[in-house]
Amino acid sequence: MRAFELESVEAIDQAVSHRRVHDGEAFIAGGTTLLDLVKLDVMQPEKVVDVTRLPLKRIETLEDGRLKIGALVSNTELAKHEIVLRDYPVLSEALLSGASTGLRNMASTGGNVMQRTRCPYFRDPDMPCNKREPGTGCSALDGINRNHAVLGTSEHCIATHPSDMCVGMVAAGATLVLEGPDGQREVAFEDYHLLPGDHPEREHDLKPGELITHVILDTPRGGGQHYLKLRDRASYEFALASCAAIVSLDGDNVSEVRVALGGVATKPWRATAAEEALKGQPATQENFERAADAAFTDAVAYSHNGYKITLGKQAIARALRDATARARA
Amino acid sequence: MSDSIIGAGPKRIDGQRKVTGEAPYAADHHPDNMAYGYGVFSTIASGTITGLDLEAARQSPGVIDIFHHNHFPELHRTPSSMAQGNKVEETRLPFEDNRVHYEGQFVALVVADTFDNARAAARKVGVSYQRDDAIANLDQGVKAHGTKPGSGNHERGDAEGNFDGAAHSIDVTYTTPVETHNPMEMHASVASWEGDRLSIFESSQGVVQQRGALSKIFGIPPSHIRVESPFIGSGFGSKLWMWPHAVAASVAARETGRPVQLVVPRPQMFTTTGHRPETRQRMRLATDDNGRLVSLRHESINTTSFTDQYVETCGSVTQSLYSCPNLTVSHETTRVNRGTPTSMRAPGAAPGLFALESAIDEMALAAGVDPLEFRLNNYADRDESQDLDFSSNHIREATEKAAEKFGWHDRNPEVGSMRDGHEIVGYGMAACNWEAIKRECEARVSLRADGTAYVTCATQDIGTGTYTIIAQTVSDITGLGLEKITVRLGDTSYPNGPISGGSWTTATTLPAVAAATREAIKELKGYATSEKGDFADVDNDSDSLVFENGQLTHDGQGVNYVDVLKGQKLASADGHAHTQGADDRYSYRSFGAHFVEVRWDPGISNLRVSRVVSAIDVGRVINSLTARNQVEGAIVMGLGMAHFEATDYDARNGRPVNNNYAEYVVPVHADQPPEVDVILLDYPDLEFNEFGARGIGEIGITGMAAAVANAVYHATGKRIRDLPIFKEKLMENIPAVQSA
Ligand SMILES: Cc1cc2nc3c(=O)[nH]c(=O)nc-3n(C[C@H](O)[C@H](O)[C@H](O)COP(=O)(O)OP(=O)(O)OC[C@H]3O[C@@H](n4cnc5c(N)ncnc54)[C@H](O)[C@@H]3O)c2cc1C
Ligand code: SF4
Repeated sequence: MRAFELESVEAIDQAVSHRRVHDGEAFIAGGTTLLDLVKLDVMQPEKVVDVTRLPLKRIETLEDGRLKIGALVSNTELAKHEIVLRDYPVLSEALLSGASTGLRNMASTGGNVMQRTRCPYFRDPDMPCNKREPGTGCSALDGINRNHAVLGTSEHCIATHPSDMCVGMVAAGATLVLEGPDGQREVAFEDYHLLPGDHPEREHDLKPGELITHVILDTPRGGGQHYLKLRDRASYEFALASCAAIVSLDGDNVSEVRVALGGVATKPWRATAAEEALKGQPATQENFERAADAAFTDAVAYSHNGYKITLGKQAIARALRDATARARA
Repeated sequence: MSDSIIGAGPKRIDGQRKVTGEAPYAADHHPDNMAYGYGVFSTIASGTITGLDLEAARQSPGVIDIFHHNHFPELHRTPSSMAQGNKVEETRLPFEDNRVHYEGQFVALVVADTFDNARAAARKVGVSYQRDDAIANLDQGVKAHGTKPGSGNHERGDAEGNFDGAAHSIDVTYTTPVETHNPMEMHASVASWEGDRLSIFESSQGVVQQRGALSKIFGIPPSHIRVESPFIGSGFGSKLWMWPHAVAASVAARETGRPVQLVVPRPQMFTTTGHRPETRQRMRLATDDNGRLVSLRHESINTTSFTDQYVETCGSVTQSLYSCPNLTVSHETTRVNRGTPTSMRAPGAAPGLFALESAIDEMALAAGVDPLEFRLNNYADRDESQDLDFSSNHIREATEKAAEKFGWHDRNPEVGSMRDGHEIVGYGMAACNWEAIKRECEARVSLRADGTAYVTCATQDIGTGTYTIIAQTVSDITGLGLEKITVRLGDTSYPNGPISGGSWTTATTLPAVAAATREAIKELKGYATSEKGDFADVDNDSDSLVFENGQLTHDGQGVNYVDVLKGQKLASADGHAHTQGADDRYSYRSFGAHFVEVRWDPGISNLRVSRVVSAIDVGRVINSLTARNQVEGAIVMGLGMAHFEATDYDARNGRPVNNNYAEYVVPVHADQPPEVDVILLDYPDLEFNEFGARGIGEIGITGMAAAVANAVYHATGKRIRDLPIFKEKLMENIPAVQSA
């Protein structure tokens, strides 16, 4: 760990006056990702800008029915919020499946969107890693990759995006509100995280100095919702495979469906192929399994993670089944 | 001895201090003017340090000194003898030379005025290496340089000759990965010197051995060294023997002239403080037509370090658990670039019984016999390896009782036949077993004029309840309430006590404490019968002079012991005792059996242990609460061993990659089986000691992993011979690797 300068800001314009944030400087919210990586010497900000006093702690319903969440709302608060519980249960379940109570109390909505991969080689400054040090190579490709991704990988990086919350948000549909030195803009949640491609060091569409101020959830989709997280132990572990499913029925047929995946992909993953395979079809186990297969057509297995293709499909089929049961209830 | 308090379940007497944070752990000590050490650790697993760039670190704020192989005083190695009381596991001293034997080895130590400054400066130390190819795992070790014979071997009859022609036989190999102890509290030392006297607070399971080792290393008498470890945040064996950090901290304190605190960071808890080594165990078993064992071979190889020979005695239980005239147990080691392994809860037996009890299951199936039946048919009635009777053995009763409670007889033996909704249920069982050991011990007890008792012994309470059972012992003999009894442990200024390991603390310390208590009473009687005493005309050792409930009575006349002391203006009556280790009239062992129900949901590849019933025969139970807690904890640790635990070393360079609490997976609360039923048989083993207690810390983990694996086989038809039982080992239709 290296020493850094700490500055607290009270207002958003003050926060976004730091043009070197994300490039030599860093915002800090809950600190559960940042400080971990600073202590490991993986992130080495010279200056840390504390944003926790900014007025971004509210959850409010907009006139158009969407739900606007401040970037500093904690994971616990968001998961337990009555509107989230009622209208976005898949998000609440995703949040509560993540980390531990203590971490969720500290973790912020914005910080969760920005959390870094748990690839062990990324976290070890003495090992080559293209994401940490572009051009040094990917240690995971021929190393221990049981926890790595099978979807969205490239020959330069196969690390997963570890968030549960983001998977719930992709399923629910959301927009990110960003405030930067050059003003405000909005980005569709699904377009925000980037595939590793040739540049695994670029993880998201955030310009220097930009701050996530809000996440706005689409108007509620209704239907039956479920988040299923599969892992080794029963709690306090990142997903090996997870699925957020929202199913609306018209009689026995699936009228609308959203499927998002975690633990298997390099970014919070919308499984559009699965959705297309199921939409308009009878809500049967067979069709759930077909949809699951469709989601992994392009998957690539590495030395220790081929099982994730099977496990990911199982997560989809089971999540769809349980979401459908709720849609029927 | 009254039965009231021995065997009862009083809560831990140190519990309140622990939960309120008042109990001081090693790193809670901050002597005046203390400086902080932070290590620089090797980033290669094998090679030579060719250069150190210290400039930037020296310029870093607060830095006092930086130690390394060219700047470290000459010390001596300890002969590392447990009998002499100076054992360590890693005999090489830190900074002894420029060689690197494992990743995460100390290569420098920065001492600074604050922890943060020390850590920041440590990161600025540049180290250059000449890197050699690392031997990263057991297979690579065997390939590179074969094996070396280990200890604890045993041979009787002709196992080989009776294998080939036998009616049924199996020849299977099991492997277990490295497990890391990962106690919650990190290893820590706080060392200070006054002249040539060293005082050190340590998170230690063995203060006396550490004092002995430091004495040899620094060449100063043991009486000049004080090691204190009154509380420890568990150790599971990793804190039995001193590790290099304690030597480094002591040197740093001496050279800088300031007390120095050194805490081992979590990642290096995976490298420089021991681990359970990797094992490969070949099991060859054969039976006759009736399913009686006629040949049994257990051949084990474990990894050790390049600096030391550590033998994981996987076959220790195999020698005596089953009756078999033709038996071979052998242990070999192979060197790899890892730190030196050490004992981890039930060393030898935990990995050994995974192999043995899985193999017994496989053997029973091959012979067409129910695994429970098979065991009852083959359990040994005497210790055939030593040709001795067991002092007390109720394994049949334990097995039958647990089977009954579990409902084994409702088991449909057909694989995958028991279903509950979309889950497949599997039943498995395994025997458990651990040796009973009793060591030499000293203790001191004072009956004080303020109506309290004060007990000291240089053993430790590692969270198991030693403070409490020692107080129970004194209470039992004196009649004083537990709140009147102060117990002090974990300090070498007290009479020599044993390491807290091997499940021998109870059997070792209680007899010493009881003897010291009786000595104190004798001294008190001496005062009472002296000229000035209340019973001046009574004979000192007359049987009619009894001490009961804090009173000395004779002929119906009673005097409180406090008045005896006060009458003569005395502070206390004191007793000291020195008791001996166990004799060799019998084979002393503990026994038991685990029954496990697993649920496998093939739809989502989810495996859970849903029910455990264990019956344990450990002699007399001293404290029913802490005893049960030990077995339940060991069961959970056994589940971790079965399901999750493995330190992953990168085969390319020997680095452990999951060196943190998030990725090294141990069971959490949500993994606890909904039902854990522990039956403690509670038959006193009076051949072993006056309390009849054998010790209970380790037996519960033995056999657990096999019981789970056997249940998994029953549910899925998959025989998992390589721990841990990760879900992908049970899954079907896993796509092939598509990339290099
Ligand atoms: C042991 C452990 C287990 C965990 N398990 C899980 C799990 O199972 N599932 C899961 O989903 N997560 C898990 N997490 C991750 C956890 O959810 C994240 O660490 C947390 O959400 C990050 O939020 P934070 O507020 O603490 O972020 P910080 O650490 O404060 O910040 C993280 C990053 O985001 C940047 N940042 C913060 N706020 C903003 C903003 N408003 N705009 C722009 N940039 C910003 C920071 O500069 C930093 O780079 C785990 C973490 C740990 C340590
Ligand atoms: S998978 Fe990505 S994060 Fe991991 S080592 Fe490779 S490049 Fe780095």
